[in-house]
Amino acid sequence: MSDALRRRAVLALPYLWLLLFFLVPFLIVLKISLSESAVGVPPYTPLVQHGEGGWSLHASLDNYRFLLGDKLYIVAYLNALKFAAVSTIFCLLLGYPMAYGIVRAPRRARGLLLLLVILPFWTSFLIRVYAWIGLLKGNGLFNNFLLALGLIHEPLPLLNNAFSVYLGIVYSYLPFMVLPLFAALERLDLTLLEAAADLGCRPWQAFLRVTLPLSLPGIAAGSLLVFIPAVGEFVIPDLLGGPDTLMIGKVLWDDFFTNRDWPIASSVAIAMLVLLLIPMGLVRRLLQGESA
Amino acid sequence: MINRLSPFLAVMLAVGYVFLYGPIVSLIVYSFNASRLVTVWAGFSTRWYGELLHNEAIRGATLVSLEVAVSAATLALALGTLAGYALQRYRRFRGRALFGTLATAPLVMPEVITGLSLLLLFVALEQGIGWPQGRGILTIVIAHTTLGTAYVAVIVQARLAAFDRSLEEAALDLGARPMKVFFVITLPLIAPALLAGWLLAFTLSLDDLVIASFTSGPSATTLPMVIFSSIRLGVSPQINALATLFLAAVTVTVVTAGRLIGAGEARRRSGGEEAVRIEEAPIAHG
Repeated sequence: MSDALRRRAVLALPYLWLLLFFLVPFLIVLKISLSESAVGVPPYTPLVQHGEGGWSLHASLDNYRFLLGDKLYIVAYLNALKFAAVSTIFCLLLGYPMAYGIVRAPRRARGLLLLLVILPFWTSFLIRVYAWIGLLKGNGLFNNFLLALGLIHEPLPLLNNAFSVYLGIVYSYLPFMVLPLFAALERLDLTLLEAAADLGCRPWQAFLRVTLPLSLPGIAAGSLLVFIPAVGEFVIPDLLGGPDTLMIGKVLWDDFFTNRDWPIASSVAIAMLVLLLIPMGLVRRLLQGESA
Repeated sequence: MINRLSPFLAVMLAVGYVFLYGPIVSLIVYSFNASRLVTVWAGFSTRWYGELLHNEAIRGATLVSLEVAVSAATLALALGTLAGYALQRYRRFRGRALFGTLATAPLVMPEVITGLSLLLLFVALEQGIGWPQGRGILTIVIAHTTLGTAYVAVIVQARLAAFDRSLEEAALDLGARPMKVFFVITLPLIAPALLAGWLLAFTLSLDDLVIASFTSGPSATTLPMVIFSSIRLGVSPQINALATLFLAAVTVTVVTAGRLIGAGEARRRSGGEEAVRIEEAPIAHG
């Protein structure tokens, strides 16, 4: 087999698979987002219709106009961005010292500490979100504990509000922040810090002027890995959220499963995608830059 | 002095691990609670484990989930290995930028978008060519394979990037055909990455609620779908018991795989030394 032929054979299968099951589906979503909702199977009007005057194109931006005109969608969009952004910051504030702590821990403890960060990532996401319900609900563990101590006299509203959604996102995505930060901090050349100390730099100055700038790629990777999936999150706002924590991922789910309005759900998906294109492009550059 | 754990970092580590494991520990403790009320302790009992074993819905869904996860992870391993290999070794070909995007985008794509788009594809395909007929295990496997392929590709690509090619070159010099070099040299050397990739694809599939909900039909209900509807109805000690069993299985698997991969890495390192000796040999003779 010639070299070129072999290359083509290696590439063909994954390329075709990804084209058919990843790229083409988006084109279909785009197409359906331009059609109208209809009663029937499937529940939308065809884009190209065969009528008395021959073939005609029926595409409209009505769905997008509807999204822009409905306050619910705007609020859900902004909410999703807000929850994802604030949670990313909290993940960074907790994840950075954790990653730095693991790097500086005694060598023999490092493997175990790292495994303990990775392990929750392998366990069921749904189950970990569920664990918080038992802790936070009205007669849950926290409230019972505080009541028993006499610190509060009636249960605090901990569940189904913004607090529990933030907590759920930070909890679920923390490993995604710690791992890239660990990778970046582990590569840090310690002699740079020694040099800074020799030249009279205080530890916090050395941190701000040496460690922090050098770990920026890790911060960027971790933040994107938390932010992007958090924007589209459905499970957390559904199980831990309340009426005022509506996020766009849950709106899409409800439009599809409850209202059975496929064209609107599709236009929500496209709008979300447009929003995420830039951060997703950054992730690709970071991923491929590292391996090159 | 520089390379030391400061008290602040030690405290943050402790806080982080309590935060990560506190909820999980509470989940396990209350799975052994005699009371139906998940948060009131009424003595030790394994009653919920017994009820869990007789729960037909959960047992059926577990079988469906395992079937989907094994099929999807195996397919993803094959496709992802090819994709990762192509991305790392073929630096230039037409459509490489598109291929690179397609192979990494599923990693970060919000699940609701992936799920919706695949479902719409399946509906359109069924309308157009009559395949796949209806939705069920097959369509979930296709969806999970697409997601898993991206993860395997990234892992394999990273492994190949850190790969010492001298062994492959030596085999080629000695007259082995490229196909044989791939199966006899390359594949065994990246085996730890393949194991990690398969396990990751398997776990992602077993864990996925959103994509499975979009792409499944009435004939197939996966375990996360059953857990989700049960959680929506309220907290149930059976779910705690299920979670505990799941956590135990995952911990055993990850630790065992970690050992295996660690052993593989050690073998690779000694293999690397052999490669160095092979390289040095001609010089010594010359």
